[in-house]
Amino acid sequence: MHATFQFVCFWAFAVVAVGSALAVISLKNSVHAVLALVLTFFSTACIWLLLQAEFLAIALVVVYVGAVMVLFLFVVMMLDVKLEPLREGFIRYLPVGIVVAGLMLVEMLGIIGVRAMNVLPGPNPASVSNTEWLGQALFTSFLLPFEIAALILTVGLVAAVVLAARERTDKKYQNPSQQVAVRASQRVRIVKMRAETDASTPTRETPQ
Amino acid sequence: MMIPLSYYIVFGTVLFCIAIAGFFINRKNVIVLLMAIELMLLAVNTNFVAFSRFIGDPAGQVFVFFILTVAAAESAIGLAILVLLFRNRGTVNVGEIDSLKD
Repeated sequence: MHATFQFVCFWAFAVVAVGSALAVISLKNSVHAVLALVLTFFSTACIWLLLQAEFLAIALVVVYVGAVMVLFLFVVMMLDVKLEPLREGFIRYLPVGIVVAGLMLVEMLGIIGVRAMNVLPGPNPASVSNTEWLGQALFTSFLLPFEIAALILTVGLVAAVVLAARERTDKKYQNPSQQVAVRASQRVRIVKMRAETDASTPTRETPQ
Repeated sequence: MMIPLSYYIVFGTVLFCIAIAGFFINRKNVIVLLMAIELMLLAVNTNFVAFSRFIGDPAGQVFVFFILTVAAAESAIGLAILVLLFRNRGTVNVGEIDSLKD
C-alpha cells in the first residue's frame, strides 16, 4: 500500500475516533452518546486494521459493536432517565476536566517521548496470517489464561442474570419433596354418611 | 506499514485523556462513566496492539484478547448493577446514591 494513502487513512480514522470520543463525553442524550461510542470503536477497529491486527479489529467490531454496545443501548433505552439533573455541574466541572486531561496529556506525551519513538516498523513478523499467528500463541503458551477467560465469561453471565432477575412474589411452583411425602389420607377422605331416603322423590320402577 | 509507532501511541493517549475528562465533567451520570471506562480500555488496547506489531510479539495481541473478554464481562455486570440501582432507587445520579453516608 502506498505510504501517503496509509497516512490519509490513519488521519481520517483518528480524527473521526477522537471527535466521536469527544461527542461521547459531551452529548446530552445518552442514546446519542452510545451511538458516538459505536463510531469510536469502529474507527479504532479501522486503525487496528492499519496495524495489521485483522483478527482483533474484527473481534472488536463483532464483540463490542455487536454485543456490548447493543447491551448498552438496551439498558439506556430501558431506563427512563431524566437527563436534566444529570447535567448539573457540567459547566462547573468543565474547566477542571479540561485542565486535568490536558495536564495528563502533556505529561504522558513527555514520558513517551514522541520524537524518540519515531521508529518505523520492520516487515510483518508473522509469516502466516494474523489469525494463525495469534492462535498459535493463544493455544500454546496462553492456554490456561484462555480457559480462565471462559470461566470469567461464565461468571459474568451468571452474575448478570442473578443481579437483574426480578424475584416474583406471585409465582406458582411445585415442591417435589412435599409431593413425594404425601400420604393417601391427605388425598382421599372417605366420609361415612347415611343414605338419602327421601319419600318425595320418585324412585325408579324396577321392571318386572 | 509506513506509519511510525508514535502516531499510534499519541492516538491512544489522546483517547485516554478524553476519557479522563469525561470522568470529570460527567460525574453525575453512571452510564457515561461506564462509557468512559470503555474508552479507556480502548486506548490501552490500541497501545497493546501497536507495540505487539512493532516488537513482533503476539503476546500483546493475546493480552488485548483477554482485555476484551474481561471488559465484556465487566460491562455486563456493571449494566446489571445499573438496572438494579435504577429499579431500587429510581435514579442513576451519582449525587443521590449516598445511602452509605447515613
